[in-house]
Amino acid sequence: MLAEKARKALAKKAAYGSDLLLPHGVSTVEERSIDSLENLDKRLKEASLLSGFNSDESGRAGSYFQKNNAVIYQKVQEAYRGQVEIMSIEEALAKYSWLKEYYWRNVPVDMDKYTAQVELWGRGGYFIRILPGARVKQPIQSCLLMDEAGECQRVHNIILAEEGSQAQVITGCTTSPSVKEGYHLGVSEFYVKKGAHLTFTMVHNWADDFHVRPRTGIMVEEDGTFINNYILLKPLRSIQSYPRAVLQGARSRARFNTIVYGRHESEIDLGSLIELNGRGTRGEAISRSLGRERAKVMMRGRLKARSNDAQAHLECRGMLLSEEAEINAVPELWVEGAPQANLTHEAAVGPVNEEAVEYLMSRGLSRDEAVSAIIQGFMQVGIQGLPDVLNNMLADILSFDSGS
Amino acid sequence: MLKIHNLKVKVKGEEILKGVSLEIPRGETHILLGPNGSGKTTLLKAIMGMGSMHTTGSILLDGEEISGLSIDERARRGVGLALQRSPAIPELTLDSLLQMIGNKFGSDGMEEKIDSLNCRYLLGRGVNENFSGGEMKRSEVLQLLVQEPKVVLVDEPESGVDLENIVVIGEALKRLLKPSVKEKKRAALIITHTGHILNYLNADKGYVLLHGRIICSGNPRDIFEAINRHGFEGCMECEKCN
Ligand SMILES: Nc1ncnc2c1ncn2[C@@H]1O[C@H](COP(=O)(O)OP(=O)(O)OP(=O)(O)O)[C@@H](O)[C@H]1O
Ligand SMILES: [Mg+2]
Repeated sequence: MLAEKARKALAKKAAYGSDLLLPHGVSTVEERSIDSLENLDKRLKEASLLSGFNSDESGRAGSYFQKNNAVIYQKVQEAYRGQVEIMSIEEALAKYSWLKEYYWRNVPVDMDKYTAQVELWGRGGYFIRILPGARVKQPIQSCLLMDEAGECQRVHNIILAEEGSQAQVITGCTTSPSVKEGYHLGVSEFYVKKGAHLTFTMVHNWADDFHVRPRTGIMVEEDGTFINNYILLKPLRSIQSYPRAVLQGARSRARFNTIVYGRHESEIDLGSLIELNGRGTRGEAISRSLGRERAKVMMRGRLKARSNDAQAHLECRGMLLSEEAEINAVPELWVEGAPQANLTHEAAVGPVNEEAVEYLMSRGLSRDEAVSAIIQGFMQVGIQGLPDVLNNMLADILSFDSGS
Repeated sequence: MLKIHNLKVKVKGEEILKGVSLEIPRGETHILLGPNGSGKTTLLKAIMGMGSMHTTGSILLDGEEISGLSIDERARRGVGLALQRSPAIPELTLDSLLQMIGNKFGSDGMEEKIDSLNCRYLLGRGVNENFSGGEMKRSEVLQLLVQEPKVVLVDEPESGVDLENIVVIGEALKRLLKPSVKEKKRAALIITHTGHILNYLNADKGYVLLHGRIICSGNPRDIFEAINRHGFEGCMECEKCN
């Protein structure tokens, strides 16, 4: 049934983003699983580290590692057994017959050719379940890595935060340094149950010739909170994504923090959609983007209120660091049958304030130091709990060097 | 220490300064007077190298030409400017900025400087972001204190500042310009309309800038008094100038 729907959608273009001609079928590259992340190739350790994955697993509640199409490692730390479950999506579907209820519920399988591809030829993706009432203090980490040039990685992830649970998940999607081209299609479905609190941080580190099409749907029940942090700092060929969070339950909340550094020839089209259906729901979608060289950045945002006491705010701000870069901000506020709802937005695109740069230079900072200080501050949107390695990488990448 | 010769400045094709010359020896404080729009701020910015202006003429710092240098290079060589109106930088906290200035010029006595200008409660805010008039002036002077420039340029330190804060700012500038024996002496050029700042500083010389030209120079108190009595136009007719 799903497969049939998917097949019919194989040629269906996405609503946004450049249309990709994708390979069909699954590659036959075989991978072997490993017992310990210590046995992970040094090269891959380093690549994964830059997307926030800690291969010595210290300070992590659990780990999931997928290389190309194969899950090579998955583990829940002793202290968190009975609180967290981590496994591949295939294993989870085999283990839990009820999971079918969640599979493709938040993201339609026939949304476009990318979801269709994932259904037909997807391999892996994680199933992470935080059990009812569990307070998982340390982050759960995952890494989806590509180590095969020109391949297409298709994954289907489901995160289930059961009632009253609390957790933070950090996912890095990355390539090994030698791999410069490929496709990544990632379907992610999130279910945040009553009173649960889930923070999801995704770091994307691709390479200049990568096309990336994530498809994300989030459902939040009563009193649930979903926080989504998305970080894209390295160039790629193209990415298009428009995650949709549905605040179904009363008093549920969602916040999206998105920071994007568009470089080289990157074509970036990102948005966040929050649907405020339940009573007293609150939403916030904050994005910051930098455009340099010939990057094209499209920042979308849409708030849809269907409840009279819903409140939400949308903020898209872009800074242009070169003449040729493009940033478009497209904020949308929709009120559907909820005339009392309160939606606001703020959008601004402009160059770095030259007057501010000169002011800082008059205090002895070089031009590059002045621009760095401004853009580093600009990209601070209050993302909490980033691992040090990511904070350092952020500072490093946002150190503006006009010569590079 | 600072010697300006025949400085001409064009902004957007219009000549704002029409050949300004002045010299401030080490250890002296000079005062720049002149009506609104006469070009005072333009002069200080030109010395600092700020604003997109086209300048000719020479600016010598300790005998070395600095007019071709970048803003930061001038700052590193010892020119410091407290602006009349400074831009808001919401991306950067005052605290981080002070640290950066400290890294360049030394952070000795930082905490005490912050307190002396009553800026501690502003540290976590964006630089000049929604600062009141007085807060902005205090933060400007604080930054100068950390920078410890050889040539101190101050644009209207007391405008929009209440009496209590004029004391704070006046004392801070006094301290900056009257360094202890072991510190090097500085030169200062200060713009004022009200002259309040003269109560704190020992000004050695005054200038009147009118329509982009220095039309008069001399004892600052005398000039100030004459302006108070006859206005700037009266200055034109002053016998000293004729
Ligand atoms: N960037 C600019 N673009 C256009 N005009 C400018 C610019 N900068 C200065 N001017 C003009 O140059 C003239 C001198 O300005 P300036 O700010 O130097 O005056 P001022 O003497 O400091 O006046 P005030 O006492 O009001 O501060 C004014 O007519 C001003 O409008
Ligand atoms: Mg002025």
